[in-house]
Amino acid sequence: MAGKRRVVVTGLGIAAPTGIGIEPFWDALIEKRHGIRRIEAFDPSGLAAQVGGELPSFALGDHIPKSYRKSAKVMSRDIKIAMVCAYHAVKDAGLDTKCIIERGEANGPPNLDSRRFGANIGAGLICADLDELAGALATAADDNRRFSLTRWGAEGMSNLTPLWLLKFLPNMLACHVTIVHDAQAPSNTITCAEASSHLAIGEAFRTIARGDADVCICGGAESKINPMAIARPLLWGRLNTEDNDVPERASRPFGARRRGMVVAEGGGLVILESLDHARERGAKIYAEIVGFGAGADTNSWSTPNPKGAGTALALRKALADAGTTAERIDLVTPLGTGTVEHDATEMAAWNKAFGAQLDHVPAITSRGAIGNNGAGSGAIDFAATVVALHRNTVPPSPNTDDLDSGCRFRFVQGHPIDANITQAISVGYALAGTQSAALVIRRHQE
Amino acid sequence: MERQVVITGMGWVTPLGHDIETVWRRMLTGDSGVASTTLFDARTFPSSFAAEVKDFSLEQFLKSDAPKHQGASRNAQFALASGVTAWEHAGLSRYVGLDPTRVGVYLGGGEGPIDFDPCAAAALAGCLGEDSEVTPLDTVRWAQTAQRVLDAICELEQDPNMAGGHLAVQFNAQGPNFNTLTACAASTQAIGEAMHVILRGDADVMITGGTHSMIHPLGVTGFNRLTALSTRNESPRTASRPFDRTRDGFVLGEGAAIVILEEPEHARHRGARILAEVVGYGSTADAFRITDIHEEGRGAIAAMQGALDSAGMTPEDIDYVSTHGTGTEENDKIETLAIRRVFGEYADRIAVNSIKSMIGHLIAAAGAVELITCVLAIRDGVIPPTINYTTPDPNCDLDCVPNKARKREVRAALSNSFGFGGQNNTLIVRSPEQA
Repeated sequence: MAGKRRVVVTGLGIAAPTGIGIEPFWDALIEKRHGIRRIEAFDPSGLAAQVGGELPSFALGDHIPKSYRKSAKVMSRDIKIAMVCAYHAVKDAGLDTKCIIERGEANGPPNLDSRRFGANIGAGLICADLDELAGALATAADDNRRFSLTRWGAEGMSNLTPLWLLKFLPNMLACHVTIVHDAQAPSNTITCAEASSHLAIGEAFRTIARGDADVCICGGAESKINPMAIARPLLWGRLNTEDNDVPERASRPFGARRRGMVVAEGGGLVILESLDHARERGAKIYAEIVGFGAGADTNSWSTPNPKGAGTALALRKALADAGTTAERIDLVTPLGTGTVEHDATEMAAWNKAFGAQLDHVPAITSRGAIGNNGAGSGAIDFAATVVALHRNTVPPSPNTDDLDSGCRFRFVQGHPIDANITQAISVGYALAGTQSAALVIRRHQE
Repeated sequence: MERQVVITGMGWVTPLGHDIETVWRRMLTGDSGVASTTLFDARTFPSSFAAEVKDFSLEQFLKSDAPKHQGASRNAQFALASGVTAWEHAGLSRYVGLDPTRVGVYLGGGEGPIDFDPCAAAALAGCLGEDSEVTPLDTVRWAQTAQRVLDAICELEQDPNMAGGHLAVQFNAQGPNFNTLTACAASTQAIGEAMHVILRGDADVMITGGTHSMIHPLGVTGFNRLTALSTRNESPRTASRPFDRTRDGFVLGEGAAIVILEEPEHARHRGARILAEVVGYGSTADAFRITDIHEEGRGAIAAMQGALDSAGMTPEDIDYVSTHGTGTEENDKIETLAIRRVFGEYADRIAVNSIKSMIGHLIAAAGAVELITCVLAIRDGVIPPTINYTTPDPNCDLDCVPNKARKREVRAALSNSFGFGGQNNTLIVRSPEQA
């Protein structure tokens, strides 16, 4: 498209089981720390899968203005994670938003125009807080211990707080973020499971490129640390149920003996900015986004395509959009969920789009250490890719020491390696669903 | 905007019917699709009525393709039926030159209806003590029951990206596939963003619109707890009263609407009939409060203005505004204010209706249904009424086309959708003859 504006990454806000904030997250990658343990948020012993990636504890109040603390009661866990990511993203970008000024961490006025500040945040199917919902539903039991819709309608539902619904609308991640940081430009919420973050970042990239915003906060967040979010994929046999006693080995992306995914919580929000806007305010520039591609599988809406067609198409389109080729990519970041069928699908996709080139470039996946963060997965992967490129360093990928014989990814073991990285590509796709998206980033050159 | 995107096909499933012309005829006569709720026993709920889709059978639309979508949720079924209608309407089922990698989906799809009975059964297993007292949740007991009673497909189909997946499979649409869920603004946003996907060259054809059904016990509970719904249980057909002083909330509806957007050269090359052009799109966030609309309609004004600016239009170019017009006290008042701010004195010379008075509020799907209504108004030079209008409200003093359809040439129409949390999206469509 002629005349489109260049877009750069200027801030990274991450909440992963191994660390909150881009520096702690990166340090954990370098040091190969694990974030998967037996679930502590509730007693998981009734579920066949009992391990997960829970976030280190955090105080929401440290990430929002004091005046907004009362809103915490209408925030699901997913929303709280987004608030933490948003705070870290704007701080890392040096943006003095309304939130930062109200917290007294900068003297106003804001150093960006709220009317040119947009949001595009990926979200999952937010699970109800089961303690609250199940407890309320139980008040409508009849004399035979069966649920009575009549009792529920007449009295039971009043046990739910009036604003109950607002905790679980997927767009509430973006709404709370845009309220506290005062972002009034185009605001979108993408709900495409593990493809959400890449699609959201890609859309934000396009929104800035076409001139509808100068700055966007984008990415995704989700918590799958909820009995319902574990019960659902268990029905499809997609969780690892055999390694409950060795949590640190449970998530094995592309492993020869992979046994399913491990649920987690987390996400990432990143700041994208037009190059001109970033230059004008003297922002630190991590990388430039140069390509976005998306595709879909059409063989089935419920099971993965063994040929990986949709993901391969997304990779190819992103390369074409960047005006580059697989041979000119120096780092690849697959999703790597650790289920038998999805990892096979993803390997087929990369083989199709990259072929022998995969034998020559380093790869990253942090999934072995952090599990599946749902709609937040892609933003975490994207951030890892951005920092690796920025620092010319490829961190090790935990639990990739025993790979599937068909896997060509060159994951780093042990210590990080130095590498010259000019261009990198990262991909996300929906485990349940048909959507795939890929992003190409390039070392920033004036 | 130098290039335009055109609409070449449309389909919908609404509480007034499942094909374009039947629903349109009923709208023009001021019919209502609202009645007592039948999808579940809502007799004791604060709102015991809804605008349900009736007599719907997916097999009639899919025919031999139906088995491919076994287990599709109500959401996905509505999307598929609307999609098939739109695809046929656009003549794409007969076109062999299509590049599937350049056909995408941008849906404003809601989460699939909650499979309520197993959900309630597991809740009781987890929270009822031996003497039927309510106890704190025992996740072990909950999990044992949940793993036994939950249905794999019903749970999967709740993911909001599923309906878009069904569409991709049905039409072999291998291109970009998005689902946006910005509450009640979702399908307007989806169509606006789909327009940009085509404008920037990422696809030639986009299957876009929205689908949603929240007429299930927890959906109605959620809105009843928010006191957002009308509780006029004694008179369901007159309960949806946008802009009327006696309005008391919106009426929950369900359904879907799909439009085929196409790159104009692509459409002309294959000889497609062009129904309308999508020429303007504005999207903003109120960035104000989760629970309230900005008092001065800041975000709504910016969205409408953004749509006009992107279309290179002034207020005088618009003949018809299809409002969000939910029938809540707050929305209708602030939307009126916002329209007055954007349109100035000219606001009194445009027709400003709400079809939600007849079909209720389709939530994520609402905007797409309203956009199709705009296209039909342009085509036929007639604007459907806002029914149930009896008592003027000085805060809602625009010409809402009360109770009777009106003949009027419509060169261009503007359609608003606003979502919980301050999501504002506006689209502008115009007659293909205006090109």
